[in-house]
Amino acid sequence: MNNSSGVGIKKSIFYKLLLAILLMVPSVPGVAASEEGNKTSFIMHHVQDAHEWHLFTYGHTHVSIPLPVIIYEKGAGLHFYMSSDFFDEEHNKIEHDGFYIDDHEHLKATDESREFYDISITKNVASLFISVILLFWVFLSVAKRYKQNPLSPPKGLQSALEPIIIFIRDEIARPNIGEKKYEKFMPYLLSIFFFIWFNNLLGLLPGAANLTGNIAVTMTLALFTFVITNVSGTKDYWKHIFNTPGVPWWLKIPVPLMPVVEFIGILTKPFSLMVRLFANITAGHIIIMSLIALVFIFESVYIGPLSVFFGLFMNMVELLVAFIQAFVFTLLSAIYFGLAVEEHHEEEHSEGLEKASA
Amino acid sequence: MELITPAFGLIFWQTIIFLFVLLVLGKFAWKPILSALKDREQSIEEALQSAEKAKEEMANLVAENDKMIKEARIERDKILKEAANMAEEIRQEARNEAKVIGDKMIEDARAMIESEKNEAIKQIRNQVAELSLQITEKLLKKNLSGDKKQQELIKDYMKDIKLN
Repeated sequence: MNNSSGVGIKKSIFYKLLLAILLMVPSVPGVAASEEGNKTSFIMHHVQDAHEWHLFTYGHTHVSIPLPVIIYEKGAGLHFYMSSDFFDEEHNKIEHDGFYIDDHEHLKATDESREFYDISITKNVASLFISVILLFWVFLSVAKRYKQNPLSPPKGLQSALEPIIIFIRDEIARPNIGEKKYEKFMPYLLSIFFFIWFNNLLGLLPGAANLTGNIAVTMTLALFTFVITNVSGTKDYWKHIFNTPGVPWWLKIPVPLMPVVEFIGILTKPFSLMVRLFANITAGHIIIMSLIALVFIFESVYIGPLSVFFGLFMNMVELLVAFIQAFVFTLLSAIYFGLAVEEHHEEEHSEGLEKASA
Repeated sequence: MELITPAFGLIFWQTIIFLFVLLVLGKFAWKPILSALKDREQSIEEALQSAEKAKEEMANLVAENDKMIKEARIERDKILKEAANMAEEIRQEARNEAKVIGDKMIEDARAMIESEKNEAIKQIRNQVAELSLQITEKLLKKNLSGDKKQQELIKDYMKDIKLN
């Protein structure tokens, strides 16, 4: 990735985050008590995870799908509940079996000494399951056609996905990883691309979860890239980090400045992947809902067309962003893999790039 | 802060599910899809190559045919020329022979005419001699009164009997 587009992405993330932070202010507890806060609190509620799948509120009636709550407690084993156990008829939060859901959608125990892990099927986990079922259904059926007629031209869904698969292979994997080693990384690159893309698109559906805009999900995905990068790192890759060739010796001894910088580089790569995807998707959701929130804030019918127009516009932009972010995550993963498996030669650093191109 | 605090449960499920996705799609989707794509690309490339080869062979065949036709034409021309030459030769020979025969016949005829002529002259000479004798006889028989008259007479006769 070249510098200018990198700056562009950073810039757009910056503005989106700025906007996100500005919009977050009213929903901060304390301020939320004000009239304005209640009108926009649904935004933050949407972009975060929840133990139940809230569909809509009609008057004072909350319509939501209850989801399983699973708790692993040390010593006591697994507890299974339904999220509806933690709400009464009025949809007020209640205690159940020593546990309750707090204002931040966290599961807490009334007895604070209890050690447990919340592995509930939350809204995001449920959405994850749905997306995976969709992924399996789409790609296993497509793969079946490839198995049956490997030489015939693509048809239907296959012809829609084949150009993308070929694009990932020929434009992302091949040039960045290299002709010799790209095949090993293809399954991961394809999986991560379609996983992110499908979930980005699913997140745009009304009432859907914001899965790829959740920091836990993007962190896990970034960790996968991080682990694969470093596991497949060659001797040259590690040498580059701890004894960078072509750098003056006083940058390495006695203060190992370069190795420290390079080592930080290992960590910043997945960190940037995590933040980029999270911020872009979450910001997109916040912007669309902020445009809708304008209706509640202004309480005017004249704001409707404006809201609808800009909301529609942003939704179109988000369709594009859904693809771009999946593409960027895949591309950067491929670049990191490429750096890890690259074959370096001492001469290249001292004698310039002529040898490399020769 | 809530937004940027990763939840344990979601990390847990995401890790398990994504590993499962990698495993299942890697084995049952990406592997057959990528290998099928590769096979197809290979078969297309091979087909293109063989088409190119066939084209080349075709061009070679056409060139060979052209060459053969050309050679046949040259051969034909050669044969025709040879035949014409031979015909001309035969004609020439016949003409020469005819000429030789004709010349010989003319020669023979000329020789025959010559000999015939000689014979005729011989006969005439004999006749002249005989006639001379007869004239002499007649003159002798006649009275040889005047010498002058006799001589004139002889002269007259002799004039008449000029050779041929």
